[in-house]
Amino acid sequence: MVTRGFTGRRVGPETAARLPPGQHATQDFPVLSASPTPQIDLGDWKFTLKQGSRPIASWSWLEFNQLPRTVWTGDIHCVTAWSKFDTTWEGVSIDDLLAAAGVGELTPFVLAESYGGYSTNVPTADLVGGKAMVATMYGGRPLPAQHGGPSRLLVPHLYFWKSAKWCNGLKFTARDEAGFWELRGYHMRGDPWKEQRYSGDR
Amino acid sequence: MDWLPATVRAKRLRAPNSVSLLLENTIGEYQAGQHVDVRLVAEDGYEALRSYSIASAPGSAELELLIERLPDGEVSPFLADELQPGETLEIRGPIGGHFTWTRSDRRPIALIAGGSGIAPLMSMVRQRSAAPDPALPALLLYSARDWSHMAFAAELESLAAIDMSFSFVATTTREPARRPGDFDRRIDVEMLSAVLASRGDRRELACFICGATGFVETAATALVKLGVPAEAVKTERYGGV
Repeated sequence: MVTRGFTGRRVGPETAARLPPGQHATQDFPVLSASPTPQIDLGDWKFTLKQGSRPIASWSWLEFNQLPRTVWTGDIHCVTAWSKFDTTWEGVSIDDLLAAAGVGELTPFVLAESYGGYSTNVPTADLVGGKAMVATMYGGRPLPAQHGGPSRLLVPHLYFWKSAKWCNGLKFTARDEAGFWELRGYHMRGDPWKEQRYSGDR
Repeated sequence: MDWLPATVRAKRLRAPNSVSLLLENTIGEYQAGQHVDVRLVAEDGYEALRSYSIASAPGSAELELLIERLPDGEVSPFLADELQPGETLEIRGPIGGHFTWTRSDRRPIALIAGGSGIAPLMSMVRQRSAAPDPALPALLLYSARDWSHMAFAAELESLAAIDMSFSFVATTTREPARRPGDFDRRIDVEMLSAVLASRGDRRELACFICGATGFVETAATALVKLGVPAEAVKTERYGGV
């Protein structure tokens, strides 16, 4: 339905091609989170891989930083309709993490878990094959706490709530178990190009 | 979730840079704290999408959205200045199941608003004040640059005057404090400590913070430092253009 009098601000064809439906480009990096920023001491930080409730492997901050590093530059898309282009992240790819633990794709689904109690579900296929990492650097610097530091999941091809801030573990699950926002009306997969914002969206 | 047409019934100037749209409520029931997505569509099919918190109380005749006009904005200047009563836009919702308050939550409430972050908290205040409950005290600490920029200030003052279990504390960052108990600086841990002093056990509070990122970070960190459990602090941040 046309909104009378609305013309909008057009972007060039290059920008338009990079914007998923309903998104607009922003230069800043808005912060969205549901709770206070957790205070995490790197000496206590631990990242754990689990199959169900059973721990398979874990790393201290020093151990984690010995793992092979990956750098990724590209666009990120928040469900609140902003997209940010050309962001650069560095961390450990999920492929390298699984290789270090000596395991493969244990189950078809993962629940990413975070300090502060946040969680989000991601199909395993969306995490492997170079598609995702646990990021500890943003723009060449340590990831600031309000953006999820010291470590956040980065799954840039899905809406950004899937890129769990303060991520401290991945739990392989047999079923697709809804995480924090998914239990509160948001889509189970969250593909921005299919505009999967809320449950019930295609 | 379907897009639903909603007609603008009225507009109200709430602050020099903020206008409320009073919309026909086509989304039905919602909880205090939830938001809607608004979609604007140009003649050629170009779409712009934004999220706005609902400021009206659940059950009220109209859906109130507080629009802060952002100087560089694509959508907010159109909504604030050009869209007229009688015209129609599209909304969908309600959205968000976390930053919400319902009467079934029996904890004392502390609401902390920065600027247009008052919107979802206003819905909570209005819902609670529709049937004030002395067993359920509520406090609002509201920060704005000055009184003229404090949307809903008059309504909040009159609610506080008739409801002894609701306290409204203002802090103005660019104007001297006007009333006893108010402040005139940016929010900080000492201010929160002072306003919470009379609120009983901090471990029993339900806290909601809404505002710009820096404001929310400061307030949330301070509350946790003051002994409020992190899981009792819900935050929502305003951003985007």
